[in-house]
Amino acid sequence: MMECSLKKTLSSAKGTMSLEVEFSIEEGSLLCIYGKSGAGKTSLLRLLAGLMRAEEGFIRVNGQTWLDHRQGVCWPPQERPLGFVFQDYALFPNMSVRENLEFAKTKKTEAGLVDELIELMELGDLQHRRPTGLSGGQQQRVALARALVQRPPLLLLDEPLSALDLQMRRRLQDHLLQVHRAYGLTTLLVSHDLSEILRMADQVMELEAGKIIRQGDPRSLFGPATSPDHLQLHAHIVRVQEGEKQWKLEIFCENRLLEINLPPEKARQFQKGDEVLLAWHASEAVVHKIP
Amino acid sequence: MVNWQPLILTFQLAALTTLLLLFIGTPIAYWLAHSRSRIKPVLEALISMPLVLPPTVLGFYLLIAFSPSGAFGQWLDEQLGLQLVFSFPGIVLGSMIYSLPFMVYPIQAGFARLSPSLREAAYVLGKSRRTTFFKILLPNVKASLLSAIVLTFAHTIGEFGVVLMIGGNIPGQTKVASIAIYDEVESLQYGAAHTYSLVLFAITFAILLIVYWVNGQHVKSWER
Repeated sequence: MMECSLKKTLSSAKGTMSLEVEFSIEEGSLLCIYGKSGAGKTSLLRLLAGLMRAEEGFIRVNGQTWLDHRQGVCWPPQERPLGFVFQDYALFPNMSVRENLEFAKTKKTEAGLVDELIELMELGDLQHRRPTGLSGGQQQRVALARALVQRPPLLLLDEPLSALDLQMRRRLQDHLLQVHRAYGLTTLLVSHDLSEILRMADQVMELEAGKIIRQGDPRSLFGPATSPDHLQLHAHIVRVQEGEKQWKLEIFCENRLLEINLPPEKARQFQKGDEVLLAWHASEAVVHKIP
Repeated sequence: MVNWQPLILTFQLAALTTLLLLFIGTPIAYWLAHSRSRIKPVLEALISMPLVLPPTVLGFYLLIAFSPSGAFGQWLDEQLGLQLVFSFPGIVLGSMIYSLPFMVYPIQAGFARLSPSLREAAYVLGKSRRTTFFKILLPNVKASLLSAIVLTFAHTIGEFGVVLMIGGNIPGQTKVASIAIYDEVESLQYGAAHTYSLVLFAITFAILLIVYWVNGQHVKSWER
């Protein structure tokens, strides 16, 4: 169980913004932090990791107080037991993949854990290579493995999947879910991809200009009232073409472009770039057997 | 018969200056790369001064400062037994000030190019600032360290004005190759001047060539 309440003034190119959040997260759950860029998502993770210092507030994790401004407690990042996967992965270029993992070891690290993680993340063939030559997906796996070497109870991920293509992203989401469950982690994942959130999150929290504007179960937040016989896909609008009787919406979904015709009164609400959910009733679905 | 002493002295001076500057310049470079202090521009301007100032100006002030007839020079002599004017330690100190920017700036640029998340990633993994510096940051600016060392070394070999002002022309003490060349030309000994010049030319070219070649290999080995 993690509870925190944090306040920090952030300055950016657009001026100053006050980050004020208060939330708790159950042990073993996966919380997605969602929001536009500049909403304070990365700063929130940095505050939790101790890479940035909050002006006011507290952080309590499983009975330990990491931060309490009233008592003058503030643990440095070195002492907070957590794993952090940076947006740019932050792999050490002077070390091979295996050495990156070995570097994370402490006296308490069980023998064989590095090998176990190398196998789990499918890094066996890459273990003696330098990170500079690896693809984004490979680097991401190394970063995730390295963050887990100390077996932290809490894992923070700062948009680790955003730079990857759709297929790779899917595979890594599976990897991530697998380790999240296997190691009993409490995970905080920054993401601005709705399909990712719907696929992975137990809880979601939306930030806007430093404040939590929505919080809860992802399906109740982002999906329409659903029943099990509804099929839903996350998509976004590429183009809205006006016509006389019918407007044509070009929708990008599951790596394909679809065209959907709607009457003007329904289509008018959509704009290019909108994120949408495509929903079908299962009774209209066509089912084919793959020979 | 050619007298090799000025050449040997030149390389002794360059090696010692480079070694001392490496230990002084690296912490300064690290501080400059990460500091947001208000005195940072002042320090940067001071370090850059030798780039634009005629070496004779620097040599002149050092001469006045270290002169045994002055208060500071007298104190150095009495308390530490150090005579910096017209002596080898004096030209080492002069060269260190003169070559400081050539050591500091490449290393500073190297540190500044590293992603800040490397440092933070090491901290999150529980590593101290010291371990992070020696195991992560320093190894990743290896190429910059190499350029800084070579530039400082080569620049010290090419030094003339500061050494002449503060060191004079004492054989075996302060008469480095660049001054010996000047001396030989003055007395119309073109043969000896040619020998010194050619040796300096060949050696500095060889050093720079090796460094650029090694640097190229180094970059490739990381990209593999």
